Amino acid sequence: MNLPRLIVSASPHLGGPVSTPTIMWNVVGSLLPIVAASVWFFGPSALAVLAAATAGALVPERLFGRRGAPGDGSAVITGLLLGLTLPPGLPLWMAFLGGAFGIVFGKLVFGGLGQNVFNPALLGRAFLQAAFPVALTTWPVPGQDAAALLSTNLTAPLMSVDLADTITSATPLGLMKFEGTLTDVPALLFGTTGGCLGETSALLILICGGYLALRRFLDWRIPVSIFATVAVLATALHLVDGERYPGALFMLFSGGLVLGAMYMATDMVTSPSTRRGAWIFGAGIGVLVVVIRLWGGLAEGVMYAILLMNALVPFIDRITRPRVFGTVPTVPAEARP
Amino acid sequence: MDDAVSLSTYLVPTLILGGVGLTFGLLIAVAHRFLKVWEDPRIVEVAEMLPGSNCGACGFAGCRAFAEGLVAEESQPAGCTQLSADDMEDVASFLGVAAGEAVQRVARLLCAGDASVAPQQAEYLGLATCAAAAAVAGGGKGCSWGCLGLADCEVSCDYDAIHMDPLGLPHVTPEKCTACNDCVEACPKDLFVIMPVDQKLIVQCRSALEGDLAEAICSVACTACGKCALDAAPGVIAMRGGLAVVDYDRNDLAGTEAIERCPTGAIAWVEGTQFTTPREPAGSAAG
Amino acid sequence: MFAGLTFRHGVHPPEHKELTAGIPIRRMPFPEEIVLPLSQHAGKPARPLVAPGDRVERGDLLAAFDGWISSPVHASAAGTVTAVDLAPHPDGSFSPAIHIAVERWSAQTPRERLVPEWEDLSPEEIVEAVRHAGVVGLGGAAFPTHVKLARPPDAEIDVVILNGCECEPYLTTDHRTMVEYPDRVWSGLRIMMRCLGVARALVGIERNKPDAIAALEERRPRDLDVSILPLTVKYPQGAEKMLIKAVLGREVPVGKLPLHCGVVVQNVASVATIAEVFETGLPLIERIMTVTGKGVRSPGNLIVPVGTRIRDVLDACGGLTEGAREIVLGGPMMGAAQPNLDAPVLKGTTGIVALTADEVRRRASHPCIRCGSCLDACPVFLDPQLLGRLAKAQRWDEMDGQHLGVCMLCGCCSYVCPSNIPLSQMFGMAKKALRSQRSTA
Repeated sequence: MNLPRLIVSASPHLGGPVSTPTIMWNVVGSLLPIVAASVWFFGPSALAVLAAATAGALVPERLFGRRGAPGDGSAVITGLLLGLTLPPGLPLWMAFLGGAFGIVFGKLVFGGLGQNVFNPALLGRAFLQAAFPVALTTWPVPGQDAAALLSTNLTAPLMSVDLADTITSATPLGLMKFEGTLTDVPALLFGTTGGCLGETSALLILICGGYLALRRFLDWRIPVSIFATVAVLATALHLVDGERYPGALFMLFSGGLVLGAMYMATDMVTSPSTRRGAWIFGAGIGVLVVVIRLWGGLAEGVMYAILLMNALVPFIDRITRPRVFGTVPTVPAEARP
Repeated sequence: MDDAVSLSTYLVPTLILGGVGLTFGLLIAVAHRFLKVWEDPRIVEVAEMLPGSNCGACGFAGCRAFAEGLVAEESQPAGCTQLSADDMEDVASFLGVAAGEAVQRVARLLCAGDASVAPQQAEYLGLATCAAAAAVAGGGKGCSWGCLGLADCEVSCDYDAIHMDPLGLPHVTPEKCTACNDCVEACPKDLFVIMPVDQKLIVQCRSALEGDLAEAICSVACTACGKCALDAAPGVIAMRGGLAVVDYDRNDLAGTEAIERCPTGAIAWVEGTQFTTPREPAGSAAG
Repeated sequence: MFAGLTFRHGVHPPEHKELTAGIPIRRMPFPEEIVLPLSQHAGKPARPLVAPGDRVERGDLLAAFDGWISSPVHASAAGTVTAVDLAPHPDGSFSPAIHIAVERWSAQTPRERLVPEWEDLSPEEIVEAVRHAGVVGLGGAAFPTHVKLARPPDAEIDVVILNGCECEPYLTTDHRTMVEYPDRVWSGLRIMMRCLGVARALVGIERNKPDAIAALEERRPRDLDVSILPLTVKYPQGAEKMLIKAVLGREVPVGKLPLHCGVVVQNVASVATIAEVFETGLPLIERIMTVTGKGVRSPGNLIVPVGTRIRDVLDACGGLTEGAREIVLGGPMMGAAQPNLDAPVLKGTTGIVALTADEVRRRASHPCIRCGSCLDACPVFLDPQLLGRLAKAQRWDEMDGQHLGVCMLCGCCSYVCPSNIPLSQMFGMAKKALRSQRSTA
């Protein structure tokens, strides 16, 4: 018998169908319709901001990351997600800086993919919000001058942003919080409102995220838990004081909640690994979002809600670890090694 | 502003802190006086003369413990494998003892089967350590006793004394080797032994197979033909378990005549470093 | 949705059983040489009783058991002993074995022997007979069967479970045994229940073997309290602890054996062998195994003399195809890859699977992305993510504290890991390191 060269390897000799790059690139793929929608609503500016943020994420990943790290797609996700949380008129250098900050301080300093505590995209966004609060809360009206870049995009680094010729609009949450007016739910669903690139069409994000959940590339428990918590809390508060507190639908579909719940909270690295943990994590985010939106100083609370819960993930993982097969249910001293 | 503040604001904390400091200072003084443990001052000095690498080759739990042993005269300076002759003399004269007989010991590899002479039977895929590979069908090497070449010993060596050659055998530099035993423990095939450098006759093979079976999987294997045992002084070499076994109790009788007729070169006369001379291809010795 | 019985977690690897599930068992021709390692079972190796030159008939005793947890070795073909020497063993080493040059023209008829009626024997005599017949568990671990038949002094057994799960992909050995020899399965079970003094039995069979369930059901003895339980298809259902959980809901405590929760589990092929011993009087000298995989030209289910070289078994199935890259003894999830096809198949060899290049993983490893797939796969609820981190840092003692001892190396975590981290291999090494730590301490 003429033999080909055999190999020996440890069992199991079969491998599952899913690989890490498959997951990552599927997430990227599912973001593309959302990217397209943002371009549809905000014009080439959207594309420019997204590209700048993604480039900002990829450059340090390539320079300081593992060999071949950009190929696994995770930095592209960070860049795109960050871009989707930014306003379309943001100066491009800020978007780039945000992406780079997110990757370097949100991921690489922890040791790269899988080691980070906080979602890098949100960390980049939090940095930008702290550094450039005005630029990050200036919202052009969707649909205006859709053919060209917004002038503010091209502001040179460290120059102050000239807002004079931008027609700004308030976001639905801003309107609710600071002016007491509510936007119609259909407008929220289809995205004809002001806001960040990815804050616009809740329906589209739900569909794209739903695809990932069906393919099991994200844990459906987390968004379901967030939505349920927010809905229940909002409904309860609305019943208590309908004038002060908006209803559940408005709370669910306004702002970055849908994008955050579907894409940011479900980041595998920074969310709990256990099934029970996912429920707790989602519920925590839901409570924090409602609290920050209704009683906090900011109009939007999704970002801080997720970042705060990110910090609790190791703890949640520890308390929700399932009972090992064959161990006695009540393990006293042995439980903590 | 209340002018009563000025004095007591500074005075009270000063008094409290000063009082606390004084109390603890007194406590320390008392402890120093009554709880003192006397220690031979020479221990510290001797410990400073030792290499400080805590290799453990002397048999003590580190250099400090060895220093205690020296001062207590439970050991001799020559017990340290890393001290140079001069340093050893310094320690000996400092303590006023004999330096002792310095027999350098080094790690020797009992396998000469590199990739060119003992090929892989199957390619191993998986964690790239010897320990991991050894657990997967022995690592896929034709010779199940042989060196897998994945460098667990090189990694384990703290003294930069082991380096893998291009064909996948670890080379030990005797000058750097401290005989610390780490490689012996790291090797899953138990191929390393620590032995005195004056034991020069070494059978560089562990294969229990005999004759053609042994040679079929490694051209430098010991085939247990027994020629070395015949040629050497009586009792120096015995044939056991498919291998020639050197009786190092009769090391002074050992000589190079034992290796001359070895058909595979499995038995070697090692001066200094192993594997320095290029091995002859299989079969040429017979012609 | 009607869910069958099962355990929680686990994985669903592609089954590939269609390659051989419908092929009847056939006997392979006797090879020219038989190599019988003295260690084919869990426990102490057997002591050889023959010397080169001895002439042996098929079924003759060649090596005797050495102690209680040990098993004898018998000649699986008539011929001449050529050597008692080192031979390649499927575990990758060379180990002592008895070599027999098979007599070419022999009729391979065993010596005349008296076959006792088991009904007339006491349980102790049955156990002794099984012990002398060299029967070991045929499910893979090759634990001596007589040990499991002897009534334990310190535990009360109330149920016997027959394991017909065969959850490993590709293998159809147990499947064909149940389809073709249902009476042997039942009669073996009867013997077992008699020995253990147990009145109740359950048979766990995965639903992907409806013909096996039907065949057993048709021949089910009406006088026994035994029921067949169809189980949801899932790996590793055939692991004792998982099977007990699936059919009874009982959990075997950490560090304990199934008999500590009143259960003895036996593989269907093993009980069929017990029946065969009392049917023919022959010891365990041949077994049914599946030779399969995309790398084998004509896959099938064969009766193979124990000690036949892997190469000869493959040749009996048309040999390997061009694409074959990895030859595994046992199933692809827990089986062992073979570097040397001159090694023999053993009593515990459930099958030979030839995997092709496209099946054998050669994917790059990526960092752990904490996806949690391994936690959802682990049938014993460990945290492979955490254990993997500890293993990388060689913190064996902490792994022990995280219940590494419960891990049975089923490979589910490695199978699902999208980053292709060899978790199961790392855990195997950690277990080994802990064992050697304990033995030196």
